[in-house]
Order: sequence, then structure tokens, then C-alpha cells
Amino acid sequence: MRVPLEWLSEHVDLTVVDDPHQLAADLAGIGLEEEDFFGPEVSGPLVVGRVLALEPEEHSNGKTINWCQVDVGEDEPRGIVCGAHNFAAGDLVVAALPGAVLPGDFRIAARTTYGHVSDGMICSLRELGLGEDHDGIIVLTALGLTGEPGDDAAALLGLDRTTLDVNVTPDRGYQLSIRGIAREYAMLKGQAFRDPADRPVAEPTADGFPVDLADDAPIHGVPGCSRFTALIVRDIDPGARTPFWMQRRLLEAGMRPISLAVDVTNYVMLELGQPLHAYDLDLLGERIVVRRARAGETLTTLDDVARTLDPEDLLITDESDGDSRIIGLAGVMGGAALEVSATTRNILLEAAHFDEVSIARTARRHRLPSEASRRFERGVDPALGPVAAQRAAELLVELGGGTLDPATTVAGEAPAARTIALPLDLAARKVGVDYSPAEVTGLLEAIGAHVEVSGDTAQVTVPTWRSDLTDPIDLVEEIARAGGYDRIPSVLPQAPGGRGLTAAQRARRRLSNLLAGLGYTEVLTYPFTSDKRSDELLLPADDARRRAVRLANPMADDQPLMRTHLLATLVDAIARNTGRGFKDVAVFEAGMVTLPERAPEPGLRFEPGYHPSADELAAIRDSVPPQPFHYAGVIAGRAELPGTWGAGRAAEAADVIDTVRRMVAACGLGAEVRAARRAPFHPGRCAEFVLADGTVLGHAGELHPKVLENLGLPKRSVAFEIDLDALLGQEDSRDWAGVLSSYPVSRQDVALVVAADTPAAEVARALRDGAGAELETLEVFDVYTGDQVPEGRKSLAFRMTFRAADRTLTADEASALREAATAVAAQRFGAEVRS
Amino acid sequence: MTEHLDPRDETAVAAAVDAAAAAFAAADTLDALKAAKIDHMGDRSPLALANRGIGQLDKAEKAQAGKLVGQSRGAVKRAHDARLAELEEQREAEVLVAETIDVTLPTARRSTGARHPLQLLQERVADHFIAHGWEVAEGPEVEAEWLNFDSLNFGPDHPARQMQDTFFLDPEAAALVLRTHTSPVQSRSLLERGVPLYVVCPGKVFRTDELDATHTPVFHQIEGIAIDRGLTMAHLKGTLDDFARAMFGPESHTRLRPSFFPFTEPSAEMDFWFPNKVGGPGWIEWGGCGMVHPNVLRAAGIDPEEYQGFAFGMGIERTLMLQEGINDMHDMVEGDLRFSARFGVNA
Repeated sequence: MRVPLEWLSEHVDLTVVDDPHQLAADLAGIGLEEEDFFGPEVSGPLVVGRVLALEPEEHSNGKTINWCQVDVGEDEPRGIVCGAHNFAAGDLVVAALPGAVLPGDFRIAARTTYGHVSDGMICSLRELGLGEDHDGIIVLTALGLTGEPGDDAAALLGLDRTTLDVNVTPDRGYQLSIRGIAREYAMLKGQAFRDPADRPVAEPTADGFPVDLADDAPIHGVPGCSRFTALIVRDIDPGARTPFWMQRRLLEAGMRPISLAVDVTNYVMLELGQPLHAYDLDLLGERIVVRRARAGETLTTLDDVARTLDPEDLLITDESDGDSRIIGLAGVMGGAALEVSATTRNILLEAAHFDEVSIARTARRHRLPSEASRRFERGVDPALGPVAAQRAAELLVELGGGTLDPATTVAGEAPAARTIALPLDLAARKVGVDYSPAEVTGLLEAIGAHVEVSGDTAQVTVPTWRSDLTDPIDLVEEIARAGGYDRIPSVLPQAPGGRGLTAAQRARRRLSNLLAGLGYTEVLTYPFTSDKRSDELLLPADDARRRAVRLANPMADDQPLMRTHLLATLVDAIARNTGRGFKDVAVFEAGMVTLPERAPEPGLRFEPGYHPSADELAAIRDSVPPQPFHYAGVIAGRAELPGTWGAGRAAEAADVIDTVRRMVAACGLGAEVRAARRAPFHPGRCAEFVLADGTVLGHAGELHPKVLENLGLPKRSVAFEIDLDALLGQEDSRDWAGVLSSYPVSRQDVALVVAADTPAAEVARALRDGAGAELETLEVFDVYTGDQVPEGRKSLAFRMTFRAADRTLTADEASALREAATAVAAQRFGAEVRS
Repeated sequence: MTEHLDPRDETAVAAAVDAAAAAFAAADTLDALKAAKIDHMGDRSPLALANRGIGQLDKAEKAQAGKLVGQSRGAVKRAHDARLAELEEQREAEVLVAETIDVTLPTARRSTGARHPLQLLQERVADHFIAHGWEVAEGPEVEAEWLNFDSLNFGPDHPARQMQDTFFLDPEAAALVLRTHTSPVQSRSLLERGVPLYVVCPGKVFRTDELDATHTPVFHQIEGIAIDRGLTMAHLKGTLDDFARAMFGPESHTRLRPSFFPFTEPSAEMDFWFPNKVGGPGWIEWGGCGMVHPNVLRAAGIDPEEYQGFAFGMGIERTLMLQEGINDMHDMVEGDLRFSARFGVNA
């Protein structure tokens, strides 16, 4: 809401604050946050001038200019070159003299042009930021203004004024008016408030223009139009122009002057908060009917857009001989047909009250936010219609020379005032400030409420313009606001004591820090993805990761899906960094993925304050798709960097497999590794991690060469992705003997020859199974293929260490354990001991 | 040593001791000392021979000569050991000098990782509240509309519902959205944990804003809610002041301004006093807060007559931008390694 301070000062005393910035800060303190500040844009000498003489001169470029002698209140007139022709000798004009600065940092200086030294500039409205009119220069008398040469023209034209743009929160429709802002300011400064709506209105008459309120489908049982006031002004001079002062205020408030009738309705809307509409009476039918639209009806609105209406849209229609015609979308925008025009002489003014919800839905449906709909959906004072219509009619009479027809229509009734019972101590209990009963009463009266106290309770009659005040807590906010939030003390509450971070929260911190320690940089990619990405990642057609939830209104139409795995979006971070010249990039992301289990079903919505039943709550919870927490990482380029020590080493599958192994170990758990074929990994270089209960934790390995090509990623990039929730869901299966044996360890090496495609982990598992409880460690320390072993076979060298809990193992015992272990490997894989 | 040293000849014995001491002192390497040791302490050395000669002496002379030679040999050994210690120390020092390396050469054999500062900041905020006995609650990012809006007193036609540029899931009838704020976690916490409740809810939220210098469609908030008997706006103010000091230094504090949010009443915008503001200390808008609306408690089945409390929320990106002087949102969301690197694992 733009608040011209000159306009505001008509209703309250602004002289108590020197600095408009302080005024803005004061208003922010009661909830009117400053959005913008429009101070004077003109400085330096801008004066009234009288044109003493003008000589037209035709120049070689075909232009005719006027060489003017202008009296600017100095001893001698100034010579000024002017290209406009809409003035004559004797006219009062506005002269910007050298040193003046006009809007847009337009600096005026004496300059030579068309063979003269032009000692200033005669200004047009547009050059002064007073609208788009650039047809000629300002002739003051044409604006209804006068003055003497040398007078300060900036003050005369109101160019020295300030306008504050304040943010009005959506619950406070009443603040969308000078009336509402003035009331708030008066409350803030403890001034008496003179209400511009406090004016006499004509009583409805039997011969008023017929208006039927015929809403047969109210929304939530609330009639679309509760009251409709209509007044008629006849014989307006079609040539009458909006006076300069009104145009100025409209412009300052951010509205463009259009015509007298429209300007007056806008002016009254800004002043009082009541949107009005002006119809050309001569084009109007016999009666006005306010009703809902019928299926298939259409309307061309004032913006020349033909709109198909919805049965929920509330309409203004007229009827002639039983034919119904749509003349406007109620409270949103008028129709083009009955628009007032340059020939309109007789006007019907509409000042109606429309239901918030109905208007909000229509404005939203037709994407048609207007100054009117903005006010109606936030709540307009339902008592205001007759006052606003009267005010507008009187202005039309005054400025347009019309006469007010005594026939007055007021259809419908304003709702009864609402009374709320407020416990007198409620505000103190909620806010923590000890408001006395007298203070409670005084603060509520300051917002316009009527208060009657009986015992511990105040019966608060809410002012008509405060549709937002429905519950005692709403009054508490008003008391706190009127009393000032700066009175609220600062008291640190004592929570009863919590349980600290959850196991999952601790695990996430640990793992993220671990990955950072391993050289990965954490990134946060947007979770939006596409089927195309699944194609690029070579996901099979039946891959569960292709089943994603879809956004109805995605940011980009080519990314309508929510990711089902982190790698879908994490790979972009690699591309971005390599694109910026980084060759060796290791990144990780920790976050949720969305895995819809089933097709979405219609969901539940309830009215505010409704506590759903257990079944309803379960249905709400179940409607939300599972969103497990994943970790994923990618390394492109080298895992070990080059330097003075050598050439470094390219990342390989083992790097990411080891990362996952460390993550699992950091959680005190273990996972078996086995070979897997899974997109987007290289089919021969993908490890699958299986948890103790058989759950697949995730995968790690080299990315498929084709995937890397599709995404433009460096060759041989490696990646991993795991489901942290699966990991944390594991039971702790660590076994623990109770004490650490301090007996000596016995080391046994064995080389086993097996088929070349036998996974080392499975041979190791066989050895472990055969070795029994005394086996302490088992590691593969060499893999050999070549002349020493047969074609198609390989040699795996294992080192086993044995230790007993209760004695020193003899050499024979250790050998026997080794042989027991190799026996199982021999049985499972035909492993032969290589001598 | 052709002549045998007479073990009774005190002068000669003393001379042998002196000669040994001189030889040891003259030895400037361990090898030279070893040679001198053989000369003066070996089996063929004068004192060794003199010692052997004692056996041939009279009984009366034996004791005297034994004492003389014994003490002298002891003195020679001490002189040798002292010199040995000196030379060994000298050699160790030389070895260490010889082993000197250039410790200023690069050492980064593996890349240095880092956490994302937005995550670290959320952890830091969580830690502040954990220390005050609060807990950290979390919820899903794809959320039921009822939890994101209705349960928070956003009616279906509430103008505030239009303020939020919401991502809806397809079909819209499914009543699922990408949560527009972390506030649905308030409702989930009230429903699941009950009261008294003191939790903070950090997390990712979504609005349909194009990415530019100050907006991003995916960002982070942290929200707090405290519901107990007798909590007032004064407790809200106290909590925020304490938090502002923790985040922005002991000089900081907060200011409340009336505002509107459907899920709080009274509602407030909170500003904090930022001593390190560019261009001098000043107020900075931080987020929204207020007393939890009775309808929010009712929706969770909690009696607003018995329990009441406050909630607050602020943007993590904005807080980080202010703390770190980051000017462009792009840097925070694009995943450029250079951005996180300077934060390490410690925001």
C-alpha cells in the first residue's frame, strides 16, 4: 500500500515526526513494514515562470522551436528554447533553471542550442515525473494551478512530497486505505482520529435502481454479496477532467489517472478502502442481478480478455425484458460492454460487499488480481458501502458538474457487529506483559473496538472493518501490538531436558565428517530430475528407480520428477566442477530420495483446528511416499594427486568400495561385498554391499563408460550410493569375547589356486568358515595369474593369523587350523594349495 | 709398548694415564677412539701389562700396586667413556642434519574434503538448542498438504496460502506438496511427541522461485517450537535473544515487529542486531515467529487452554550469507568445490 504522506496528513497530524524515515520506522513497529520509500526526486531551482514573449523559429532540420523570454521573478527575463507549441505569451509555465536536477538524474544547465543560449528548460509533466503526458509543456492554469513568477514550482506541484510503500499483511484488509493507515498512526501516536467515513449518507428509497441479490450457491453458506449500494449521478460533463490534486494523489498512490469517473472511484477506494465500480447508466438494463455464473457463460473483461466462467464465479448481471447479460466479475473486474466512455453522462455507482472466499477464488481462477479483488479477499468493511457511494457521488457532482439522483438503492444488510468475550488476564498470560484491565480496555478502544467489562471478562465489540478479529487470541495480538512489542521482556525458558541427538542424527554427522576427511566435498544438488536422466544412466525399463513422483508445476518442464536416487542429480556437480577446470573432483551428497510405493490417491484436507481421527491421521501419514536418507559420492580424475612425490593415481573402483566399507565400519557394523550388475555402474566393476540380515545397503564401483559419455563426465569416474536408513536399521551383531587374549599370535600364509572368476571374498569366507574361532585376521596379500598357474586360474595368497583365548597355540595346532580352513576352500571352489 | 710398565712406579703409571687421556681427547671420530681404546685399554696396553705384572710382586708391594693400577685403569675407562658419549652425540647430531628434508614442499597427496557450510550451520544451530535441553526433529520433504497447510491453520482459501509459491505433486488431488517451510515438522512433533515439547526442526524447503542472487527454489530453514504450560512471548523473546548472542556475538539481541502468519498469533517479524553488518551495526530481518495459534494445537489434539507456546523460523541461507558475507546464492547451490573448501568441517 502506497501512502502519500500529504494525503495521510489530511487525517492525522504528521508534524509530530520530523523525518519521514522515522515515520516509516514507527509504522514498522506496529506491523506496517516499509517496502519502499519515494522521496522528492527534484532538486534545485524549479520555479513558476511567465512567458513574456515567444518567437517561433524554423530550423534547417525541419523543426520549429520557440525562443522564449520567461519571467522567473528575477530582474531580467531568461531566454529559453522550447520545442513545444501548446502555450502562448502570458501563460504561466514551470521553468527548471540551471542547477536543477529532474527525475532520472536529469541535470539542467545553460546550453547553446539552435543558435541561442537556453538558460533553463520549460518542463512537461513527464519530465517532472508527473505521468506520461508529453504532448506539451505544463501550462499551470490548465491544471487549475496559479502562482507568481519565481514561486517554488516544486511545492506547487507537490514534487517535494514523500510517499511510503508499506507492506500490508494478508489479514488486515482495512489497512489498504488512507483511512486504515491514519487510524493506525493515530493509535500509535495517541492522537484523536477523525474518520473520513464518518459522513452523512442518504437513506435508501423505494425508487432506487432495482438490484437483486440472487446467489443460489453461496460458498460455505456465506452469500457472495451481503450488501449492494447503488447511487446515480446524472448529467456529468463528459469533458470534465480530473483535477490536478486528485491526479497527483492517485499517481503518488501508484494508480494511473484515466477519466474522471474512474479516477473518482479509485480515489474513494484508496481513501476509504471500499472498491467501487462506475457503470454507464444509459447502457444498463432494467435491473441489476448479482448471481453465480452458469456453466459455459463467457465474459470479456475490461482488459479485453474473453473469459470462460466457472459456476463458482460471482457475477454482476443486468436484465432487460427477461434477458440476462453479464456486466462484470463481481469484485474483480468489470465487463468491457458497460465501461464508462468519453461520452458517458449518466453513471450508476456500485459499492458492494463481497465474500472474501468467493472473490479470492475467482481472482485466482482467472489469474486476475486487481486493486478491488486484493481488498475484497482481505476483507472490506461491510458497513462502508453507502458511505463510499455517497462520497464518490458527491465528488462526481463537485468535479463533473452532475446532479445526484435522490433514488438510492441499498440491497441486503450489513452483518451484525461481532462481540468476543475476552478474559481480562488473557493478554498478560500469552504475552508476558502485565496489562492492567484499564490498559486492556484502552488499547482495544484505540483500534476502534467497543469494550464493556463485567467481572474478569471484557465483552469486546469488534469494529466492522476488522473481519480478522474472531477469537480472543486475535484480541491479544491487538493488545500486544497497540501496547508495543518493545514492552515484551526477555525471559529464557528452561526446557525439561532432552535426549540429545538421535542415533541417526549422530550417524549422519559422523559419516559426513568421515567423507570430508576422506577427501570428498559435500554438495547439495536440487532434487529435480527426469526420465531422460534415467535413460542417460542406463536404468532398465523396469528399474524401480524409474518410478518417481511427478510435480504438477515443476520449475523446468524437462525436470518434473523428484529423484529416487542421489546419483541422478549428484553427477551434475561433477560436470559443473570439471566444466570449471577442476580435473580431480570428489563430491558427496547426503539427503532424502523419494520412493513412491503406489500411485497417489486423493488426499485429505480439513478445516483449520480440526483434529483428525486416528484413522484419518494414519491415512495422511501413509499418503506421504517413503523418503529414505541416502549417501552418494563420485570421484572423477585422480584419487591420489600428482606432485613432487610422483604422478598420483587415477580413481578406481577400490577407492569408492573402500569408502563404503569405512562408512559401514564407522557405524560399528559390517557388510559383505559381492559382485553385481547394476546401472549406472560398469557391469564388471560394481560391488554390492549386503548387510547381515540380507538387506542390500548399496553399490560402489566404476561408472559405466556409456553413462560417462552420456553425461560428459571424465572417463573412469567412480561412484557409490548407499541407503543410510538400511544401515541404521541393522541390529548390532558385533561379537565380543569379553576380554582380549594376550597370548602370542601365530601367522600362517597360504596360496590357493582357484578359477580366475572366483571372487576373492568368497574364498576368504570359505577360509573363515573352516578356520574357526581362533582365526583373528585374514587378508589377501597377492593375486597372481601367469606362467606359474594354469590357464584360466589364478593364485590368491592369504595371510591368516590365529590366536587362542586360553593358551599359546603350538606350531602343529596352527598348521592344523590352516589346513582346516583350506579344506573348506578346496571343497567349495576346488582350491589347490600352491607350493 | 716394548717396555713393561712397573706397577709400582707411580710416575710412570700416571704418565700412562695421561697418555691415554690425551689419546682419547685427540680421537675425533668413533673409529679413532676405538683405535685409541685398543692402545690404552686393550690387552697389550701398558696398564694391562702392568696389571698383569702385579702378580709377580711381593705380597707387601702387591696391595699398593694393585690399588694404584686399579684406580688408574678406572680413570682411563672414565676418560674413554666420556669421550665416547661425546662422539656418539656428535654423530647423532650429524645424522639428523644430514637427514633434513624440505618440509615446505606440497603434501596434498589426497584432495582435501569439506562439509557444506549450510549443513554445518544447521548442526551448529541444533547444538545450541540441544545444549538448552531441546531436541532435533525432522520430517519428510514431500509432505501431505494437511501437515504443510491445514494443520497449521492455513484454511483452503486463506490468502496466506497464495503467498507461498508451492510445488504441488501430480495429481493435485493427492494433496501432496514439497514442503514450503519446516513448519509441518511442528505438527508432526506435536502429534508424535506430545507436550511439553521443545524441538528445533532444520531442513530443506521448496518454493517456486527462480534461482537468482537472493532466491533459490530449494533452500533451508530451521524452525523452533516450544509448547509447555505458561510459555509466553517473553519466553520467545528470551529464546531469540539468547540464540542471537550465540550466532552473532554477545552484542547481539533481537527486536520483534507485528506481522502475520496463519500458525501464530500474536505473530512477529524478528530482526536481530548485527554488530558486523557491512556499513556499520544495524538491524537485520531474520525470520518470523509468534505464539503458536490455538488451532495448530487443536489440530494436534492438544488443549490450548492448558498448553501454549511459541514458534520461530529463519532461513539458513540468509543467516550464512550474513555471517560469511556471501553475496550470491548461486555460490551456495552450485556445488563448486571452491565454495565449501574454506569452511572445512567447521562453520
